[in-house]
Amino acid sequence: MADLPMTFPQILIHNAKKFPPTKAAIREKDYGIWQSYSWQDYLDQVRDFALGLAALGFKRDDKMAIIGDNRPQLYWGLAACQCLGGVPVPLYQDAIHKELHYIVDHSECRFALAEDQEQTDKLMHLKDEIPRLEYIIYDDPRGLRNYKHDWLIAFTDVQEMGRKFGKENPDYFMDSVNSVKPDDLSIIAYTSGTTGNPKGVMLTHRKIADCSRGFLAWDNLGENEEVMAYLPMAWIGDHIFSYGQALCAGFTVNCPESTATVAHDQKEIGPTHIFAPPRIWENILTQVMIKIEDSAWIKQKAFHYFMKVANRVEKRRISNQPVPLKDRILYQIGRFIIYAPLVDNLGMRKIKVAYTAGEAIGPEIFEFYRSLGINLKQLYGMTESSAYVSMQKDGDIDSETVGPPAPGVQVKISEKGEVLYKSPGNFLGYYKNPEATAETLEDGWLHSGDAGYMTERGHLKIIDRAKDVSKLKDGTMFAPKYIENKLKFSPFIKEAVAHGMDREYVAVFIDIDYGAVANWAERRHIAFTSYTDLAQKPQIYDLIYDEILRVNKSLSEDPKLKNSQIKRYLLLHKELNPDDGEITRTRKVRRRFIAEKYGKLIEALYTEGQESVHVEATFTYEDGRTTTMRANLRIRDVETY
Amino acid sequence: MNEKPEPLLRAEDIHISFGGLKALDGVSLEIYPGELMAIIGPNGAGKTTMLNILNGFYKPDKGRIIFEGKERPRHMKPNHVAAQGIARTFQNLALFTGMSVLGNIMIGRTMMMHSNLFSQALYWRFSQKEEIEHREAVEKIIDFLQIENIRKTPASMLPYGLRKRVELARALASEPKLLLLDEPMAGMNLEEKEDIARFVLDANEELGYTIALIEHDMGVVMDICDRIVVLDFGKKIAEGTPEEIKANPEVIRAYLGTAGG
Repeated sequence: MADLPMTFPQILIHNAKKFPPTKAAIREKDYGIWQSYSWQDYLDQVRDFALGLAALGFKRDDKMAIIGDNRPQLYWGLAACQCLGGVPVPLYQDAIHKELHYIVDHSECRFALAEDQEQTDKLMHLKDEIPRLEYIIYDDPRGLRNYKHDWLIAFTDVQEMGRKFGKENPDYFMDSVNSVKPDDLSIIAYTSGTTGNPKGVMLTHRKIADCSRGFLAWDNLGENEEVMAYLPMAWIGDHIFSYGQALCAGFTVNCPESTATVAHDQKEIGPTHIFAPPRIWENILTQVMIKIEDSAWIKQKAFHYFMKVANRVEKRRISNQPVPLKDRILYQIGRFIIYAPLVDNLGMRKIKVAYTAGEAIGPEIFEFYRSLGINLKQLYGMTESSAYVSMQKDGDIDSETVGPPAPGVQVKISEKGEVLYKSPGNFLGYYKNPEATAETLEDGWLHSGDAGYMTERGHLKIIDRAKDVSKLKDGTMFAPKYIENKLKFSPFIKEAVAHGMDREYVAVFIDIDYGAVANWAERRHIAFTSYTDLAQKPQIYDLIYDEILRVNKSLSEDPKLKNSQIKRYLLLHKELNPDDGEITRTRKVRRRFIAEKYGKLIEALYTEGQESVHVEATFTYEDGRTTTMRANLRIRDVETY
Repeated sequence: MNEKPEPLLRAEDIHISFGGLKALDGVSLEIYPGELMAIIGPNGAGKTTMLNILNGFYKPDKGRIIFEGKERPRHMKPNHVAAQGIARTFQNLALFTGMSVLGNIMIGRTMMMHSNLFSQALYWRFSQKEEIEHREAVEKIIDFLQIENIRKTPASMLPYGLRKRVELARALASEPKLLLLDEPMAGMNLEEKEDIARFVLDANEELGYTIALIEHDMGVVMDICDRIVVLDFGKKIAEGTPEEIKANPEVIRAYLGTAGG
C-alpha cells in the first residue's frame, strides 16, 4: 500500500498515466448516446477547470459548494477543488433554501458550482444574503442567457481561462497538486441528522482513499467495474462509491441522462457493482410489484409461486443448509422463467456485488433480492466513518445483521448498549463545532448513537438509534425502526412511524405509497380525488390492515418482540416530507419533531374507543400562498397473535 | 412599437367565408423575423382560420400572402407551403399514435432527407450518414424539450401534456423559418402551461425561431409574447405590445362582452 498515491489529485494523475485512452473513466448519456471520457480526458478537464479557478483567485483551503445531479462536470469540479488544496462541499440538490443557506454560510464557501438554471437560481438567491459567496459557476447554460453578471460564469469559460492561465504559469498545476498532503481535508460532508442544524463532517484524502481501497479489497473489485452514479453527490455513499472507489480502482462511472431515465440507462450499462440506500431497493420492489399486479393472471401465479420457492431456497442457502433436490429443480425452472428475465429487466444481470447502506433494510426486502440471485449485502457505516465500519462477507450472510467489522476496524459495545468503533475512516471532527465533536469522538472511539450488539457469529447487529430504543409500559423492548422496516416491505406502505415508548401497546402512523395504492384502487374501481381522500377510504384501511396483520404475525414469532405487536393504526393525510422537516433528506424519520407536530394524533391512538381524529394542516406553496386542509382521520384496531 | 424593416410574412386584406359566415373580414397582419407573436381572440374570432390560411390549408376568397418577399401563388398546396419552411402544430393533436416519440419527431425531418427509398431500405453509406445526421438533430431537440425518458415510448401511451410537447418537437425538427402553434396550451393545467410556455420562449430566444401562436388563454400570452394581434368576429380589433393590448378598451369589451374568459 505504501507506494500508492494517497491524495486524490495524485491518484488521478496516476490513473491518467496507467490507463489507455480507450478505457472509459466516466460516461454521460447525452443526446441518447453514451459519451465517454478517458482518465486522461478526466485529468485534462480537471486541470483546466482547476487553473481557471486559480485564475479567479481560488486559494488553498477555500471551500466550494457543489450542487446538482450527478454530472461529470460536477465530479471534475470536486477534483479540481482538491487539486488546489481546496475543500469541496457537496449539497443535496433538493434541499430547500433554509438548509442551503445554513451550509453555504457555515462552510464559508467562496465559490459554488451548479449544474443548471434551477440550482443557479437557488445560489443567486443565497449570494444576495451571503456576500462571502463570490463566484457562481454553472454547467448547463440552458435558460441562463439573460443572466448577465461578472460573477456568474460558465464551466467551459472557466476552463478556457484555465488554459490561458496554464500557458502563463506552466508549473502552477503540478506545484499545487504536490502541495496537497494526504492528511489535508478532502471534503466536508454535511449530514442533515435527525435533530438540529446540519453538521459538517471533515474527512481527509487518506481516510477516503483508505476506506475506498478497503471496500475494493473486500469484494475483489477492480478496474473493470461499471457503476451508475445517480444518488446525491452530497451523500457519503456516492462520494465513496462514484469518486473514492472509482479513482482508487480506476473503474467506470456512468451518469444517467436524467433522473427519469435511471432505470433504462442502468439496463443499457449493466453495472457490476451497486451501492444504494434501502429506499432505492424498496422503490424497485414496489415498481416490480405494480407491474406484476398489472400482468396476466398466469404470470402473477407463476411469479408468486416461484418467488416462494426462491425464498425457501435462499433461507437455506443463507443458513448454509443443504437445499432439497425438489427445490433445487424448481429453482432452476424458476430461474429460467422468472428470476433471470426479471433480474435482466432490472439491469442487474451483471452484478457482482450490491450493497444496501445508510439505513436498516427490512429483512423481507433484503431476502427478495438475494433470492433472485443478486448478491445484495448489508453495509454499516456513517458519514463520520467514511461509511466504513462493517459489511457482510460473501458466503456469510445474515439478513438481520450488518456483518463482521471491516478490516482495520475495532467495534465495541458500551455499557448502555451503544455501538462504538475505531475506523480508519473516522472523521477529524465537525467543522466549527467542537462541542458536537467532543460528544461524538472520545479517545478515537466514535459514538455511533446506534444501539446494537455482536452476535455469536461475530456479526454486528444494529437494533435502532440508541435514543429511539425504549420500552413499553410492561417492559417489552420497543425498537420502532425494526417494526417500521417490516411494514415498509409492503409495496403499499411508503413510510411508517411506530409509537410505543412508555405506552401500553404499539400504534403506528402509516404513509401510503400513492403510486402503488392508486394503481390498486383504480383496478378495483374505487374513485378518489387526492392523496388525503384515497388514504381515508375504508377499502384502503382494509388493505393496510392485512399488511399490519402480516407484520404482527412475524413479530409474534419472536418471543422478545411478541408484545410489541401493532394494536392501532391510522393513515396520515399527507406524505411525510423533508421539506416539512418530518424526515431527513436521506429519509430518516425525525421522531421528536413528529411527536410534537402530530401530538394530537398520537394521543388519539392511545385514547380507547376514539375512532377518528380531526386534523388541520396548513401548506405553504413555493410562491408563498398558503392553504389549509381539514380532514378526519380514521383510527382502526388490529388483531394480534 | 418597434419599427421592423421587412416582415417574414405579410397577410394582406384576407377575406374568407364559409357559406354565409364571414370568418375573416379584411384582416392584415405581419410576422417579423425572430419575433414571438400571438393571435388572440374569443371563441369563434377566426384565429384557427387565420392559421389555416397562413399554412395554406385554406385559400382566402380575397387577399394575398407574401412570404419572404414573394407572393404565394393562389393554389399552392399545404405541403408546398410546408416545404417553404412553415411548420405548424394542431389544436387537436395529430401524432402517429402507434409510433414511438423518436419516430414521430424523425418524421418532422422527412422533408430534409434526400436518399431514396431503395437506398434507405438497404441502409447504404449515404443513407446511413444521412440518418445519423438527422438523428443527431432530433436528439438535440429531445434534449431541448427534456423528453429523454419517453424517447422510445409509443405516442399513444403518453399523457396529453407530453403529446403536445412531442408535437412541438416534431414541428421544431423540420427547422422551420416560421413556426405556427395552434393553442399550444389548450386543455392543460397551470403547471403544464408554464412548462410549455417556457419551451416556446426558449425556442424563440435560445434557438432563434420565429413563432406565431394562437391562444385562447390571455394570461400566458401576455407574459411571453413580444407582440399581439387581437381578432374578434373576423376582424382585427387591436395590435401591439402586451401592455398596449391590456389597456385597450376594445379588447376588454371583446373579451368580457362575448366569451367571458
